[in-house]
Amino acid sequence: MPDSPPLFSVSLGSGLSLRELTGELFARSWTSWIIFKTCVAERLVYRGDFFFSTFVRFLPIITQIYLWHKVYSVGTSQQISKLNGYSYEDMVAYYLLAMVARAFSSMPGLASGIARDIRDGSIKKYIIQPIDVLGYLFWHRVAHKVVYYIIATIPFAVVFYLCRSYFPAMPRGEVWLAFVLSLMMGFLIGFLLEAMIGMIGFWFLEVGSLLFIYMMFNYFLSGHMIPLDWLPEPIFRAIEYLPFKYLAYFPAAVFLEKVPTENLWGEICVEFAWVILLLIANRHMLARGIRRYGAFGG
Amino acid sequence: MPPVIEVSHLGKQYRVYRKHEGLRASLLHLFSREYTAVNAVRDVSFSIDEGEIVGFLGPNGAGKTTTLKLLSGLIVPTSGHATVLDYVPWKRENAYRRQFSLVMGQKNQLWWDLPAQESFRLHQAIYKIPATEFTRRLDELTDLLDVRRLISQPVRELSLGERMRMELIASLLHHPRVLFLDEPTIGLDVVSQKRVQDFVLQYQRQEKITVVLTSHYMKDVEALCKRVIIIDSGEIRHDGSLNDVREQFSGHKVISMQFPNGSIPPEIARYGEVLPGEAGVCKLKVKREEVSATLAALIDQYRIEDITVHDRPLEDVFADLFDQTRKSQGGNRA
Repeated sequence: MPDSPPLFSVSLGSGLSLRELTGELFARSWTSWIIFKTCVAERLVYRGDFFFSTFVRFLPIITQIYLWHKVYSVGTSQQISKLNGYSYEDMVAYYLLAMVARAFSSMPGLASGIARDIRDGSIKKYIIQPIDVLGYLFWHRVAHKVVYYIIATIPFAVVFYLCRSYFPAMPRGEVWLAFVLSLMMGFLIGFLLEAMIGMIGFWFLEVGSLLFIYMMFNYFLSGHMIPLDWLPEPIFRAIEYLPFKYLAYFPAAVFLEKVPTENLWGEICVEFAWVILLLIANRHMLARGIRRYGAFGG
Repeated sequence: MPPVIEVSHLGKQYRVYRKHEGLRASLLHLFSREYTAVNAVRDVSFSIDEGEIVGFLGPNGAGKTTTLKLLSGLIVPTSGHATVLDYVPWKRENAYRRQFSLVMGQKNQLWWDLPAQESFRLHQAIYKIPATEFTRRLDELTDLLDVRRLISQPVRELSLGERMRMELIASLLHHPRVLFLDEPTIGLDVVSQKRVQDFVLQYQRQEKITVVLTSHYMKDVEALCKRVIIIDSGEIRHDGSLNDVREQFSGHKVISMQFPNGSIPPEIARYGEVLPGEAGVCKLKVKREEVSATLAALIDQYRIEDITVHDRPLEDVFADLFDQTRKSQGGNRA
């Protein structure tokens, strides 16, 4: 018996009916879920190394807090009350929040991994399969992060608990929402920026030096080293037009309510626009890069 | 029925950076680089029908793998056109990518640190294989390749032969209509090579898929392919049956003889070129048209315990063929 026609069918622009579109979306979500699950399993293989690297990443937090303590005490027997508008407590709170933002936006090994896959030919297996390479990399990174958060949550919670007195009063719901959104978009911006650098490998094969320069700028311009509002006004204004601040400074500034309420959602929209812009740039680079690809390495 | 693979005047040119030797050249190349155009594939045309197994043969750098890369959509050609299953490969449409597989003997497609079954699950999702179909295919393939007990073992702990069998499973789970095999037996021991050959042959007969194989092992080619395409320096030199290759390119046959007490008469060299062989066995390379007369003369002249006539090994035929090509190219250049 032939298949009976669907009771309800809406033809969409792409030529797919609503039913087909739902099926396609479900299939893609399922594929993403399996990619995610497989990547999580892979991350958990080397447990010892993973636990150790997570632990080691906490050491700089402690040394940095100690360093700021010394900075605020330098040359005096008492602590300096404020430095560029930040008290020692503000500074610790800023630094810890910037570290939370970095936990979302930093992408260790992403750019170098993409460039390596291009150089040694491992990327071939993704190009011949019916998957979206960028989507695959994205879910791979999400899995990486989720496993990291699972391991890092307890030490982060301990540090935050010990430093709880350094934070201002709990922000209101709207700020919380903006903070969470800024973290998520910070993840996307960090991912898209590094993926772009990795994809430069389609043209130059080796991106090590470029990545080093990017990391240096990132460290300084994201607010990881010092709060961006410590910089001279013209530089701070110039940095406003770059996406780096969303990687560390912006989420921390949102939580600490340093972003004026009237500008908050406007800033979130600008961040979203950066995500879209970088996504378009990534898509463009991937399409051009694959066309240029020489498929070296056997 | 139209051909499954149709290739017309396909060409791929790479721009290759030439670096001269030494520190001075390295410093100079920082400012000015010299590039040359290398034609990996030149004006290649052929067609392959559904259900054929075709061997793509040639020395290293001949253009075999580049042709496979073009047909699997990994690279875009500089000139010419090709269709596989009516798709233009380098458009990389998902509908096409669901219908072919590329197995590279030198590249691992499975997740190194995870058991192969995790990679298979991922393939199921990527290729949208229904659950029942997936289970059936996996059972069938693991039984055929005798690896059922190994699928829950991390890939890195498998031997090369076991890993290649897993690669074959991963590549066939979605039931591709076209299978590209790029040196699938490279580095495998003879037992594993034989197992892979038997499997490919059995599977192809069963499923009637189209297979394009590149291999340096003539045993693979002899076991699997009736038709071979010989490519050298990016150009097709021959397209036809294996027997044609022997007829056309091997003007000689080999006569193997065993003499009483293993003593080979020293003057035997006047009947043909003596080839190296195992102790007590004399191998003579003789022109095809002179085989009958030589046989008669040998039998008449000597007491021979055992005598056989066979074709020259394909390796030797191809080695001569590629050598001739190199010489003629060298002559043309000069």
